[in-house]
Amino acid sequence: MKYILMMHAPRGNGEYQIDGWSPDDFKAHIAFMRDLNRDLIERGELVGAEGLTPPGQARVVCAGANGAPVVTDGPFPEAKEFLVGYWIVETDTPERAYEIAGRASTAPGPGGAPLNMPIEVRQVMSAPPTDL
Amino acid sequence: MTAEPLDSRVEHLLRELAPQVLGAVARRHGDFAAAEDAVQEALIAAAAQWTADGIPANPSGWLYHVALRRMTDHVRSELSRRRREDTVATDVVAEWAFVPPPDATLDANQDDSLVLLFMCCHPALTPPSAIALTLRAVGGLTTAEIASAFLVPEATMAQRISRAKQSIRASGIPFALPGDAERAERLGAVLHVLYLIFNEGYASSAGADALRADLSNEAIRLARMLHDLLPDDPEATGLLALMLLTDARRSARTGASGELIPLDEQDRALWNHERIAEGVALVEAALSKGVVGTYQLQAAIAAVHDEATRADDTDWPQILALYDVLMRMSDNPMVALNRAIAVAMVHGPAAGLALLDDLDGDARIRGHFRLDVVRAHLLERLGDRERAAAHYRAAAERTLSVPERDYLLTRAARLVSPDIS
Repeated sequence: MKYILMMHAPRGNGEYQIDGWSPDDFKAHIAFMRDLNRDLIERGELVGAEGLTPPGQARVVCAGANGAPVVTDGPFPEAKEFLVGYWIVETDTPERAYEIAGRASTAPGPGGAPLNMPIEVRQVMSAPPTDL
Repeated sequence: MTAEPLDSRVEHLLRELAPQVLGAVARRHGDFAAAEDAVQEALIAAAAQWTADGIPANPSGWLYHVALRRMTDHVRSELSRRRREDTVATDVVAEWAFVPPPDATLDANQDDSLVLLFMCCHPALTPPSAIALTLRAVGGLTTAEIASAFLVPEATMAQRISRAKQSIRASGIPFALPGDAERAERLGAVLHVLYLIFNEGYASSAGADALRADLSNEAIRLARMLHDLLPDDPEATGLLALMLLTDARRSARTGASGELIPLDEQDRALWNHERIAEGVALVEAALSKGVVGTYQLQAAIAAVHDEATRADDTDWPQILALYDVLMRMSDNPMVALNRAIAVAMVHGPAAGLALLDDLDGDARIRGHFRLDVVRAHLLERLGDRERAAAHYRAAAERTLSVPERDYLLTRAARLVSPDIS
């Protein structure tokens, strides 16, 4: 079964302001992610993983009245959280997906303390259809 | 007719020879995992060299020779790493030092491919591991091809296969056919894995995803190989028949936009009638052997569907009779669910719906989205459009297949729209 694990962070004054961390904290965070991904590859579970650029760089694109894209700064100001990154994993059980998410949540932040960030886990619709 | 290009001839030949060579090496040296590594290296070497210099006179002997050389090299370097100088080490090297020349005939055993299949589909492995290992070791697909078929990165798939091999090594499964006592169960595991591979491939529409379409053909090829190895086994025959009869409908199953088309609306002119004829013949052969198993019965049901020129000509009473037999052999509530459809087609939707109410009491299936799908279909037949639409939508929310979800939502929408399409 495939699952997407989405790591969200609070906007504004939340803890996940990696540009404000010390170089050592940043290095530890990157190493954690690299180790996690390597373990998932070794277990045959990693389908994909990406970190996303910060929300300040996000744009929202809508088709305009004449079909041409209209690009504005984003994401929506009402959004209290933003997507930091995601993993797509393939596991034998949902419990294993939760276990991976739980580990990802402990990624270290300032002072090396675990961030305990919320990770949203949703199953990916990758099943074949039944013969009708 | 122009000759097939060397590249694809080499590819076909390697795919065909891979399990034979792997079988011979694994049988001789007992270490399946090491044998698989060595044969992989030999295949890679062959792919490069044969396309450059042409196919050698004795291709299987060539592969066997190179694979054994690789194994010997690995053992030697492993031993020198550990710097063991006792007699055990010397014996091992001496035994493996004899590598037959490249033109020697491969010491192939009729049973090797069968043993490989049993090993790769061992119940100790999870289905995804068994599928990956089977496609590699028996199907001869490259890791990249398997990764692509299952939409995972190559490194991930390589690790999955490697871990599956380690599981086999750790479990001490011998390179031999299973004994009579466990034979039926082990064969069941093989059939199940092959059917899972088929189902993955059958899911894709023919045009859009050529790579995944190959999985169905690969499953058929492996099922055919199994049938050739066990010509008297009715379930192996039944599985091949079921695959052929199901695959025959592939082109009619998806519409121009990739949407799913149900059986009763398919354009039967698009069915592959050669495959149907072959499937029907196999079903008859299997059933004539007396022992009746679940794959044979499912194949027989598929045959009845495929023999109807038009949906209205479908012999539903015969299908119902076959489901009655299947119910006696299988405790699976999904069978009961499919039987309810047959009951509805013979005795009317109300009779089918009554059976669904019974199934609501079965904890194994209660709340399953397929119950909603069947209920929706029967309510639609009954004319209860509103409740049918509600059940289609409920099912759409819980299916894990995007094309299936789209199909269910479309059906719901058709019922609610004022035009009856």
